[in-house]
Amino acid sequence: MGLEKFKDRNIGTQNYKKLDLTHPPKSGWDRFKQVVSRTFKPELCIGLWVTLREMINALFRGKMHTTQYPLEKLPISPRYRAIHEMLRLLESGHYRCIGCGLCEKICISNCISMETRYDENQRKEVSEYTINFGRCIFCGYCAEVCPELAIVHGGRYETASEQRASFSLFEDMLTPIDKLNLQKEYQGFGAISPNADDNIKKTPLAY
Amino acid sequence: MSEIELVKNMISITIDGKEYKAKEGEYILNAARANDIFIPAICYLTRCSPTLACRICLVEADGKQVYSCNARVKEGMEIVTTTPNILEERRAIMEVYDVNHPLQCGVCDQSGECELQNYTLELAVDSQSYSIPDTKRETKNWSSVLHYDAGLCIVCERCTTVCKDMIGDSAIKTTKRGGSALDKSLKGSMPKDAYAMWNKLQKSIIAPSNGTEHTNCSDCGECIAVCPVGALVSRDFQYTTNAWDLKKIPATCAHCSSGCQIYYETKPTSISDRREKIYRVTNEWNYVSLCGAGRFGYDFENREVKKDKEAFKRAIEAFKKAKVINFTSVITNEEALMLQTLKEKLGVKLINREARAFQIFLDFYKQYSGKSLYSLDFKEIMASDFVISLGTSLRNDNPNARYAFNNVQKMNKGAGLYFHPVGDTLVPTFGRNILTFAHKVGHEEAVLLLLIELFSNKDELPDIVKEQLDREKLVELLGGDSKFEASFSKIMKKKEKFSLIVGEDLYFHPKAKNIVKLITILEKTSPIKVAMIPPKTNSLGVALICDLDDEAKGYTIGYNALGDFKFSALGDGDLDAPAMNQQEGTLTNMHKRVTPTNVALEYNGYTLHDIVKELLNIPTKYTIDWTPKLPINKGFKSIDFDSLPNGYSNDGTENRGYLLTEITSEAKEIDVDKFDENIALDGDIAYRCNPQRQFSDFTNKAHQIFEEFALYASPKRAEALGKRVVVEFDSGNLELDVKIDERMDGDIVAVPDFKSDKNIYELFGASRYQKVIIREV
Ligand code: SF4
Ligand code: SF4
Ligand code: SF4
Ligand code: SF4
Ligand code: SF4
Ligand code: FES
Repeated sequence: MGLEKFKDRNIGTQNYKKLDLTHPPKSGWDRFKQVVSRTFKPELCIGLWVTLREMINALFRGKMHTTQYPLEKLPISPRYRAIHEMLRLLESGHYRCIGCGLCEKICISNCISMETRYDENQRKEVSEYTINFGRCIFCGYCAEVCPELAIVHGGRYETASEQRASFSLFEDMLTPIDKLNLQKEYQGFGAISPNADDNIKKTPLAY
Repeated sequence: MSEIELVKNMISITIDGKEYKAKEGEYILNAARANDIFIPAICYLTRCSPTLACRICLVEADGKQVYSCNARVKEGMEIVTTTPNILEERRAIMEVYDVNHPLQCGVCDQSGECELQNYTLELAVDSQSYSIPDTKRETKNWSSVLHYDAGLCIVCERCTTVCKDMIGDSAIKTTKRGGSALDKSLKGSMPKDAYAMWNKLQKSIIAPSNGTEHTNCSDCGECIAVCPVGALVSRDFQYTTNAWDLKKIPATCAHCSSGCQIYYETKPTSISDRREKIYRVTNEWNYVSLCGAGRFGYDFENREVKKDKEAFKRAIEAFKKAKVINFTSVITNEEALMLQTLKEKLGVKLINREARAFQIFLDFYKQYSGKSLYSLDFKEIMASDFVISLGTSLRNDNPNARYAFNNVQKMNKGAGLYFHPVGDTLVPTFGRNILTFAHKVGHEEAVLLLLIELFSNKDELPDIVKEQLDREKLVELLGGDSKFEASFSKIMKKKEKFSLIVGEDLYFHPKAKNIVKLITILEKTSPIKVAMIPPKTNSLGVALICDLDDEAKGYTIGYNALGDFKFSALGDGDLDAPAMNQQEGTLTNMHKRVTPTNVALEYNGYTLHDIVKELLNIPTKYTIDWTPKLPINKGFKSIDFDSLPNGYSNDGTENRGYLLTEITSEAKEIDVDKFDENIALDGDIAYRCNPQRQFSDFTNKAHQIFEEFALYASPKRAEALGKRVVVEFDSGNLELDVKIDERMDGDIVAVPDFKSDKNIYELFGASRYQKVIIREV
């Protein structure tokens, strides 16, 4: 499935198709005829045949539909909102979060908490960052408000662990530096809309 | 001001078609604000002079475009706050401010309370029409507290204005930016005021006025407070939190008798430690100015205290057997009342040296003037145009008294006389019309005689005073220069309101009684009115509430002071007490106002209230249950703590707590002593005086206040003294490092008293000056 449809958030212009349903019987006689025809048509066998055919397909022709979870996982929509990820800048590898605190502020279950400080390079450094996943309702507001596309929702929906804390620190969520090349741009909540450029008025520069 | 006067001075104006009342001679902006009407304004600061840096406050008055921050209202004036042209100007001004402004709201400390953000949104700036090449602007640390980011600065000049007009340091000024010149063609094409504003902005930036990289100033942090953007921030606070995460707790500063309005701003310490911590102190800077102690000395709380039952039992025993309670003025009115109750019920004696000296002085004043309180508060001083200071090291004793002295010079075309034995190099820089007298220690009476000679109606004077009025001799005796007559008549021109500030030197003076008599005569026979600086935080409250003793012996409880059993908020006591930022209650400040303060940080231990409750079996639940019981016959009111207001209204009226009521009584006949000039001290003299920003053990505990407990001297004297000295008093010795105070002048050295365990009051005894022998070690 392409992502175009997800990106197109303008629900009003989507194409809906109406199903062509036959009209229900009107008179008692019509209804009787319908019952008789349904009873004596071999429709049951058609149904049984579908099952049998798929069984043969699956067993003998290698067309199995069952997902072998947990060995196999279904691809999920990029808009799925599971455990958060903290992305890095692709060029420098530095984490993207600037410590603006907007995610902390907007969080409606008040589960984001962070510490910042003035670092040696005169920058604001995020010294601690945590999300309490016992409280997080995965609403996606943090990802939406983030001005840096730093905090995003990942696809990691398996959140069973001995400790909730296993997910909640900055380092747990941050793209491992050796996997930077695998980091994908987030397409879900808060991502830049395809026509973002059209909405921006250019600032004149005198250089 | 009485109702009738109020009505008399009010005129009618029309704003946007509606009629309003305004004070005569008020700026349009202030008149609008007093009537809750919004006019955008960036550079104007109430109580300071308009600088016309931003020009956004444009309005139309009687059909003419004016700047509302510097045009005054007139009877019947018709004001329109927005016209299409004004809107165009304002929008262009905001666009100009946004040119080359770094897009760093995400990390900026001002974000969320930034006036540039607010006005950009208010005026719906959604596109930019202007541009100019940027200039490299470096960030600088100007001092131990000031961080300046020139990139963010919009050169509104609020910082320089407050530093000059209010604080008096004039430590920063605008200087050349070296930016490219504006394109001349813009002059015709863009709105006029926006162009003029930009033209100025493009040329200037802020820098220390002494030409160095550092301000060497009082480090009051008022410039940080008034900065509308994130250009000036405190180094300690920078990047540690966002404005919107902080909880504002309205309080009263606990460090000196000015009792300034402050907010403690708190949030949890860290992710793992969820206890509240104070991140900064802010203030209503349009109406009150803090000093460095109030702004940066906030983390003096008594941490990690639990209810220690054993210690509490021992405390009860100690209180039962105590003969004396020794305490300081850093105490609420309610606690003072509790101590007074203990005295009445258990017969203990109460010792508080600074408050006792002030109490005696006030008592004399009451006897001879018939008034329980001094005449002026310090707001009224700010409204005067001739201010005299006597018996106080203005810079060190009370920052707000000094701000008032300075503000009079700057705002009211004022003049001043400064009498003090310790020379000060800052005071003369407050204005051109200040005469300073470094008189001899002990000649304070002569000063009052001179003032009587200069200002009083001679016919009303008693003969004994008249006899002593030899102008020339007095001027000479006090160290005035030969051109005194000429300079005095020059600074006296067009002066109408006269005020006199007196301070602690006079309360700790062997001739205090005679001094009070002279002050009373001066007030009666001249237009001068007096205001007194209570020595420490709540000295006025303590002086009014407690019946203090002079001397006492026996088992002593020290409440934040020396004693056999120490009940202390400093963390070193036998039983812990809550510090002022962990308490609720009221303080009485030098403005004769009883102001509430609230709990900023939790405290889980025992309080004085618990002890008093246990001892006296009194059915009160909280300390603040004592608030309505404060003595009405001393001027307090019976009002519940929770109904005390704490804030300012838009016209600047102070609604904090309530004003003390003045109690009048019959005045005694005044018989003045003859002044004896031989009482002057000679030789090496030590003066009991704290460095700026230090007031007590509490300021000393705060991590951003680092002024040491040392001997302070003028640069010249310090050099002569060496690195470390022993100061020999009559009653003991003190070994101290020598520190330079660049703003001191002359030979007198200052010995601080902010550490209670050094028992400095004992060394100095009944005077603030002592003859000492100083030798290098
Ligand atoms: S909103 Fe984004 S940039 Fe801001 S603190 Fe949160 S993660 Fe960091
Ligand atoms: S000063 Fe204001 S506008 Fe500028 S970066 Fe800071 S918050 Fe943003
Ligand atoms: S530092 Fe702040 S207060 Fe000072 S001129 Fe710049 S913007 Fe204004
Ligand atoms: S800290 Fe105070 S004295 Fe220093 S520059 Fe700022 S306003 Fe002036
Ligand atoms: S120490 Fe005094 S002048 Fe300074 S902020 Fe506190 S009350 Fe105000
Ligand atoms: S507020 Fe009037 S010019 Fe800035």
